[in-house]
Amino acid sequence: MDFLQPDFTPAYPEIFLLVMVCVVMLVDLIVGEKRRYFAFFLAQSALIGCAVLTFTTFSPDIRHTFSGMFVDDAMSDILKLMVYATVAAVLIYSRTYIGVRGMFKGEFFSLALFATLGMMVMISASHFMTLYLGLELLSLSLYAMVALQRESTVATEAAMKFFVLGALASGFLLYGMSMVYGATGTLHTAQLSEIIQSGMIDHAVLVVGLVFIVAGISFKLSAAPFHMWAPDVYQGAPTAVTLFVGSAPKLAAFGFVMRLLVDGLGEMVADWQGMLVILSVASMAIGNVVAIVQSNIKRMLAYSTISHMGFVLLGFIAAGEDGYSSSLFYIAAYVLMTLGAFGIIMILAREGFESENISDFKGLNQRNPWLALIMMFLMLSMAGIPPMIGFYAKLSVLQAVLSAGYIWLTVVAVMLSLIGAFYYLRIIKFMYFDAPESDMPILPGMDIKVLISINGLAVIMLGIFPQTLMGLSLYAIRQSM
Amino acid sequence: MLFGFPLLSLVIWLPIFFGLIVLAIGNDRNSLLPRWLSLIGSIIGLMVALPLYARFDPTLSTMQFVEQYIWFERLNVHYHVGIDGISMPLILLNCFVTPLIVIAGWEVIRERVSQYLGAFLIMSGIVNGVFASLDAVLFYTFWEASLIPMFIIIGVWGGPNRVYAAIKFFLYTLLGSLLMLIALIYLYHVSDGSFSILEYHQLPLPMTPQILIFVAFLLAFAVKVPMWPVHTWLPDAHVEAPTGGSVVLAAILLKLGGYGFLRFSLPIAPDASLYLADLMILLSLVAVVYIGLVALMQQDMKKLIAYSSVSHMGFVTLGFFLFNSLGIEGAMVQMISHGFISGAMFLCVGVLYDRLHSRQIADYGGVVNKMPVFAALFMLFAMANAGLPGTSGFVGEFMVIMGTIEVSFWYAFFAAMTLILGASYTLWMYKRVIFGAVANSNVEGLEDISKREFMLLAILAFAVLWLGVYPFSLTEIMHATVDNLLLHMTHSKL
Repeated sequence: MDFLQPDFTPAYPEIFLLVMVCVVMLVDLIVGEKRRYFAFFLAQSALIGCAVLTFTTFSPDIRHTFSGMFVDDAMSDILKLMVYATVAAVLIYSRTYIGVRGMFKGEFFSLALFATLGMMVMISASHFMTLYLGLELLSLSLYAMVALQRESTVATEAAMKFFVLGALASGFLLYGMSMVYGATGTLHTAQLSEIIQSGMIDHAVLVVGLVFIVAGISFKLSAAPFHMWAPDVYQGAPTAVTLFVGSAPKLAAFGFVMRLLVDGLGEMVADWQGMLVILSVASMAIGNVVAIVQSNIKRMLAYSTISHMGFVLLGFIAAGEDGYSSSLFYIAAYVLMTLGAFGIIMILAREGFESENISDFKGLNQRNPWLALIMMFLMLSMAGIPPMIGFYAKLSVLQAVLSAGYIWLTVVAVMLSLIGAFYYLRIIKFMYFDAPESDMPILPGMDIKVLISINGLAVIMLGIFPQTLMGLSLYAIRQSM
Repeated sequence: MLFGFPLLSLVIWLPIFFGLIVLAIGNDRNSLLPRWLSLIGSIIGLMVALPLYARFDPTLSTMQFVEQYIWFERLNVHYHVGIDGISMPLILLNCFVTPLIVIAGWEVIRERVSQYLGAFLIMSGIVNGVFASLDAVLFYTFWEASLIPMFIIIGVWGGPNRVYAAIKFFLYTLLGSLLMLIALIYLYHVSDGSFSILEYHQLPLPMTPQILIFVAFLLAFAVKVPMWPVHTWLPDAHVEAPTGGSVVLAAILLKLGGYGFLRFSLPIAPDASLYLADLMILLSLVAVVYIGLVALMQQDMKKLIAYSSVSHMGFVTLGFFLFNSLGIEGAMVQMISHGFISGAMFLCVGVLYDRLHSRQIADYGGVVNKMPVFAALFMLFAMANAGLPGTSGFVGEFMVIMGTIEVSFWYAFFAAMTLILGASYTLWMYKRVIFGAVANSNVEGLEDISKREFMLLAILAFAVLWLGVYPFSLTEIMHATVDNLLLHMTHSKL
């Protein structure tokens, strides 16, 4: 049997990261309690190294390797760069927060990096098996991260829920994949679409498989009605982990959906479009309506995430270059906003105080006008008010959906986002119109202060100049289709 | 171009720039610095706007001072600004009102001064942007962005029920705007990927889409104007807002709605406009008559003026849907004049409120004995509000009534009732507040207006009289533009 050594170049970043995770784990064993920040710096430099590798091995054409199970194209590179940046930001935001809670340990960083590796594999998968491997690597790391605060019962419960439901969804996904395999005899995304195109297959089996796959996807995206885990996990997990769960994995999930539905089952677009319409409307409705009654801000942001995922799905429903690229733009904007929002929650938290309730934001404008202004930008952006980036994200998605002929869907989406505006405004109301309940000074570290400022300004500046990110999204999709 | 900068962009971005600086340097210990800086900023804002008037060519009906750059390619959106005879007076009105707001808040606002002033300056620039935008996305961006500072102003410096009023204001306006957004995206779709408002004017559209687009725009603009029955946010917002907020709301933000009709509804969906004109006239007349009656019953001065605003703005929408140039020009004059008069009326109430901290009519009486100068100026504005000839209030209403007569006698009959109603509610309030014997010990202790307040009211009094005596200076500018608009409106797009 011939053994051809695969071309490793496209997978350099993954290989490098794998090595670095092992180094982080080993170093963490050697250095003492006082030098824990070693792990932090190693993790950051691992991400920087990955970014450099991804950047230098970048090429606009599509390259397959590992017998076609792994793909490296413009979309995967751009998504990966976004993932690195997001994870790096998450680690910086979390630094103080996990420090005072006794989680500033090597495990946190190695798990975060393993999760990152999982995301990268998902993004670059061109075979259902690779996809599943990446997904499980990500999920298992996330389950462990949620449970990292061992003595916290809430966190353990959240982790348990996350794990059970997550395993169930993975089961769905695998079952769906096996059906697809049964119908077509392949799991390669490229071959799959050829075979489906040929029309020599049992369409019914394929559709049943598709249903299971879509259910698995919506669990990962936390789209309704498979969203149940999100509010509990968001609320129960330590905020640093919530931020991690809520940000970068959504980028990976976007890649996941692209590989599965568009690359693999793109020929069945008519079949999955209908399913996504239901998921999308349900997500926007449930997310926006239920968020109104929340008093815990993490829970509220979980429902807000659900509604945002509904919007992301709208882009997939629209299909085509316009649709997918606007989804990508939306998800990038979403990640930026989520980072900022949870970043501020963590800045307000102290030792023994979580700042989880919306009322903890009372009078923030008097305590720290700059943070209040940034939070206002973030909330307005989530509500889709120009000139914040969230508006342009909504605009491009809505434009794509309307051009695809779904006028009613546009109207529904817009009306539901009106409902959504209310609970974002409520946060602004607490920050600006109410008197503060505590006068504890807010003293974030310099790095966190700089990062949150950049984050807040990015939300408005990328809104005023949306061309860069929009153009990048379009380029990513166009090059890899 | 002014000093190498494009003039119109300067008018938009200079106040925003000053607003940001005021926000940045803000601290409450030294409030004089932000006050002076915003005064200088707003006056410079007015100064750079004056060349718009001086260099404007009133014989042209096309856009002037046009600037166009690509903003983002993916959706073919441009930074495209320009003004014509309709938007230019509104921009000037806005730039004129901004320094007055800064002065009006001089001694009154003591908390978070720089945020207050910064918000007003930023809003001033944003509103200029709304009036100048010729690209739908740019327009929408400015349109929505103008909500944010106003929301903060009402919510932070407002009265006891401010949170309710602020959120109601925001959500009401957002509801309308989101439907407009759908209409704009739809227009983008049917115009093969263009967000240019001027292209939409030429775009042929069948009747059903025209009606749907008209309705979507109607909701956005009717909420802003506000027209009956979506006016209920306005009294709440006015009552709770600080004086400066009320002035900007009445003088400027309501005009955004009226402007929207002229820039979007009428030229983009002319057939639907004609088809639904009777309905629109009916709604306007309900506003004029019914809201006039409602105003008569108010116990709160600010609420009374708020309802009077709704009633007067009814004239504006009435004028738009008469499809003759007298109606449209009259409506435009009415908008500008209402900007002066309602602004002045709210300032007058503010003067009283600053002294006694009450807006109830019943708490006053015999103010003339203590504040003669104030009473005289207030008299002028009350008369202008009632539509006395020689003041700006008369010109607009008279032109619109003349325009209405051309369409139908009965419409004109009901429209003319405003002359009675307006006089009743305004002068009756005036009588109860100002005349009579000194009502109580609080009124006994009143002091007449300060130099600062006198200056404010005198400037507005001059404007009211000038527009009343010499309205030609305003109608002359917009003549060509209105004729061109009418051409669009009467030219079927089916």
